[in-house]
Amino acid sequence: MKQFNQHLAKHTLAYKVGLHSLLLLPLLYMVLAVTSQSWGGDPVQAIIHFLAETALHVLILTLLLAPLSRRYRLPALLKFRRMIGLYVAFYALAHVLAYWLLELGLSLQLFITELAKRPYIWLGMLCFVVLLALSLTSFRAIQSKLGKRWLQLHGLLFPTALLVIWHYWWSLKSGWQEPAIYLALVVALLLWKRLQVQRWLLSFRS
Amino acid sequence: MFIKKNRPWEEPESAVTPEHIYKERRSLLKSMGFLGAGTLLAQSAPANAFLFGGGDDQASFVRQPLQFDDIPPEHKDGLTPESKAISHNNFYEFGTAKNDPAENAQGFKVEPWTLRIDGLVDKPLTLDYDDLFARPLEQRIYRLRCVEAWSMVIPWVGFSLSDILAQASPKSDAKYVAFETLYDPEQMPGQKSRRIGGGIDYPYVEGLRIDEAMHPLTMLAVGMYGTTLPPQNGAPIRLVVPWKYGFKSIKSIVRIRLTDRQPPTTWNLLAPHEYGFYANVNPAVDHPRWTQATERRIDDSGLLGRTRIPTEPFNGYGHLVANLYKGMDLTKFY
Repeated sequence: MKQFNQHLAKHTLAYKVGLHSLLLLPLLYMVLAVTSQSWGGDPVQAIIHFLAETALHVLILTLLLAPLSRRYRLPALLKFRRMIGLYVAFYALAHVLAYWLLELGLSLQLFITELAKRPYIWLGMLCFVVLLALSLTSFRAIQSKLGKRWLQLHGLLFPTALLVIWHYWWSLKSGWQEPAIYLALVVALLLWKRLQVQRWLLSFRS
Repeated sequence: MFIKKNRPWEEPESAVTPEHIYKERRSLLKSMGFLGAGTLLAQSAPANAFLFGGGDDQASFVRQPLQFDDIPPEHKDGLTPESKAISHNNFYEFGTAKNDPAENAQGFKVEPWTLRIDGLVDKPLTLDYDDLFARPLEQRIYRLRCVEAWSMVIPWVGFSLSDILAQASPKSDAKYVAFETLYDPEQMPGQKSRRIGGGIDYPYVEGLRIDEAMHPLTMLAVGMYGTTLPPQNGAPIRLVVPWKYGFKSIKSIVRIRLTDRQPPTTWNLLAPHEYGFYANVNPAVDHPRWTQATERRIDDSGLLGRTRIPTEPFNGYGHLVANLYKGMDLTKFY
């Protein structure tokens, strides 16, 4: 493991290129599915749903990094955390844009009234705003400037992970099995990371 | 002597587009659609099968051509391309994703089929597969408005529900008509697994008030686009009620029962605040989770070429059906 860590640290750039390709694969898969008409004659719902699901998968991956790096003594893993985190925001943004463009036909007025009227949409939007804020403050310069506040802000990923699953469940016409599977997964992860979560919660005390 | 009775929604014979022009247009549009999608990305079929499932191993359901009279439509809307209408379906018995039914239903067996019409009738009927096609068929072009705010324009082939109900001669206390989809978990994976079937209790059931059922617009379809229905669209026989949200138009029907009380309906049982018994298309009453004021018309334009169009009360059939609901508060009876 120590060797692997050294390897990771030494070839960070190569691994980053590999990770970029890996994280862009879902996008390629989507384009292929749409153009080959494998998602049916009107893939709007499939596209919106797929982008959201991919964002959630990558979010779960970012939550995994810290405990994995600790468990297997791979501190070099954390070098990739910011990049992977930005892909969560990327897919979330694509999800929001797909909804606005494909479902609402790019009507700003409809976007605003739907946002105002539908609780599951403003919940989703709240999560998106958090992801956006985390992305914009993900630079090292801002991180050192914000200090403790930065940790407080970025700990918002924990509740956001739960809220996006609520948004998912709320958006379904029927059925609950899939959101329940994701919920179990995220709760298990947060329990594994409970020390970090506790530290984050306690940081608001003083 | 044959006297042709013109129903109020029929246009004169002279308004019909001559068949050869209609066919030319169709084939032209078809080839354009094929080129548009095909040149964007050249792909091999085996690669698609590997990536997205399905493929050659699964024989496609065979559809038969039908003979019918053309009934001119109420509106001038362009048809939804057949390829889209048969690959974008809500039929949770075969899975909840829109492409699931087209993928999972190809092995569906419609022969033999039994459709029973019973309950409060003097002459209960039992129809087999061939009986479904025994009466004169009409092609009617109707709008289909899904409760999810997308819509299509589909040429159905079938007959008025009232024809077959009259044959069974309903008793005077029959006030409602209840419909039931086939229950066969061996053939319908969504009925076998709650996860695949979206957590719905099967069989799917629907219902109409008797005057809605007897309305000349209400039809039983046995075909679409000139041939028998594909399974994903409800083969071998389905209901089509064009002024109501699509979920009322129940598929693959095995039983029609006349009753004196309002029958339970599947989506209403699942979420009564979101789906009412009447489910008339109504732009003024939103679904709690999305607007019903506008809709996405699925036509021959591409993904990005579509704009939302206003939804019409009763899906544009108000002049024919609004009188059925006189004096009713349609925000309460949604």
